[in-house]
Amino acid sequence: MRKTIAERELPAPRAAPVGILRGLRAYFRQEQARYGTLFVLPTLAFFLIFIVFPLGFSLYMSFLDWHPVRGDPEFVGIENYVELLGDKTFVKTVVNTLVLTFGVVAITVVGALALAMALNQGLRGTAVFRGVFYSPVVTSLIATGLVFLWLFDPQFGPINQLLKSFGITGPGWASSLKWALPTMILTFSWREIGYFVVVYLAGLQGIPVSLREAAAIDGAGSWGQFRHVTWPLLWPTTFFVLIMGVIRATQYSFGMIYVMTAGGPVDSTNVVVLYLYQQAFELFRMGYASAIAYVLFVIVFAISMIQYKFAGRLVDY
Amino acid sequence: MTGGSFRREQLTKKVALYFLLVTAALVFLIPYIWTVSSSLKPEQDIFSKDMSLLPSSFEWQNYVDAWTDWPLGTWLKTSIIVAVIETFSVVFTAVLAGYAFARLRFWGRDTLFLMYLGAMMIPIQVTIIPSFVIITRLNLVDTYMGIASIRLVQFFGVFLIRQFFMNLPAELEDAARIDGCNRIRILVQIFIPLSGPALTALSIFAFTAAWNDFLWPLVAVTRPEVYTVQIGLATMKGEVIRWGPMLAATALSALPVLIMYLALQRYFTQGITMTGLKG
Repeated sequence: MRKTIAERELPAPRAAPVGILRGLRAYFRQEQARYGTLFVLPTLAFFLIFIVFPLGFSLYMSFLDWHPVRGDPEFVGIENYVELLGDKTFVKTVVNTLVLTFGVVAITVVGALALAMALNQGLRGTAVFRGVFYSPVVTSLIATGLVFLWLFDPQFGPINQLLKSFGITGPGWASSLKWALPTMILTFSWREIGYFVVVYLAGLQGIPVSLREAAAIDGAGSWGQFRHVTWPLLWPTTFFVLIMGVIRATQYSFGMIYVMTAGGPVDSTNVVVLYLYQQAFELFRMGYASAIAYVLFVIVFAISMIQYKFAGRLVDY
Repeated sequence: MTGGSFRREQLTKKVALYFLLVTAALVFLIPYIWTVSSSLKPEQDIFSKDMSLLPSSFEWQNYVDAWTDWPLGTWLKTSIIVAVIETFSVVFTAVLAGYAFARLRFWGRDTLFLMYLGAMMIPIQVTIIPSFVIITRLNLVDTYMGIASIRLVQFFGVFLIRQFFMNLPAELEDAARIDGCNRIRILVQIFIPLSGPALTALSIFAFTAAWNDFLWPLVAVTRPEVYTVQIGLATMKGEVIRWGPMLAATALSALPVLIMYLALQRYFTQGITMTGLKG
């Protein structure tokens, strides 16, 4: 990082030790400190109101039995968390979230890597294909969900009509107990692959062609080059894709599931974030929902921290 | 290996690659094509057994129905207003904070920046209940400000602008400082004019996120008059789905962002490649 003249000459400003007021005055007399503080103020206010306060408040709420319609909150200690452990629906939503995430991540990693590698061959029309692959990513999950609900309609949907023309009776898809979750996985994967194609393409373009050529000279075939050069060098990208895939699948799938099945049939597609919404805003169990939120927070934050720790590795091979 | 067989191998490889790409492109495109074509079909065609892609006759009736039987216009208005508020706010706050983090030294800078990075990783679902309590207390439920509130700042944007500003040469600023420009003038007259690509990428990111947002508007809105288009669409799916108007409304709702995407494609993916991989 290049430094400005001022930065090179001044030590980091700090508040003077004697007298808070004098210290503050001395601090704000420094030009950089004055503007720096002023410029971060809007984001800082937002950070305090919509991040710091909510984080503390939802922790506090998770120890309450609070039903805003019924009356005042009551302190119940860790009861909400204990109830959570025995809540069969909650356990089911956790399992569904894991299955959904695993399915989507598996499909997107394989699909996105294959497509990115095909796009990385310098063929004509690459930009157009990339543009097409990415377009679902900018389409809302509500629109995606509704369109796929129509495509997967058991009676009139084009997919089952197509299957019928081959003599196959298609399943009930989103309305079938067995097929509903796979339908969510397929729909969500369709929307997500393009995002990871772009990520993988950036990763592939960072691998020097000379390395693959060297492997080819050493007698490696296409598979050998992939197995021993591309895949290992691409590991940081894959790692990023896995983490982002998990984060996106756990959080973003909400709207799609809400509009396609609302968690049904019989909670077969209910996921943690949807269950949280139902508890908080349909049943108004604010305390219980906050406990769910905190469990989710701890899990996602742990995953993100792993990513943050390894993020440095992504830049240099 | 003879030249001929090598060339033949190359050709086979090319054909296989195009086959893969075209098949994939169809998988991604067909849902769009089908939505538009079905939305133009008369009701009986949608449910007919033969799955012709082209409607037997083009009918705009579904669009008229969607527009008159549902307050689609009101939904679109809300979505546009909210998305514009959010986009302006996100860009404005990100430019200020991005500049401060990239170019100024002030107390707590690095700690605060780390905290902002951490905030990016917090799922919205974790903070949504207290946020709802806040906007209820402030009487912002069912207002544009209420819908926009929790997206007025995007920490990703602060990060993106900071990265961009850090790569601008220091000399630019030093010369202006010697000429006696204050920080606001430096920002407005030097940094912002040079940041076209980053600002465009961020605006697009903010607008798209606002337009497609669902969970928060669902929480922050109770009256149909202030439904965003996504909430509206979700409510159109009533007991019996009228697929014709439904698909017409879906197509209309996706149009603004898709047009923006077609026109400004490279900016859409820039956010990912500029920051994503270098986290």
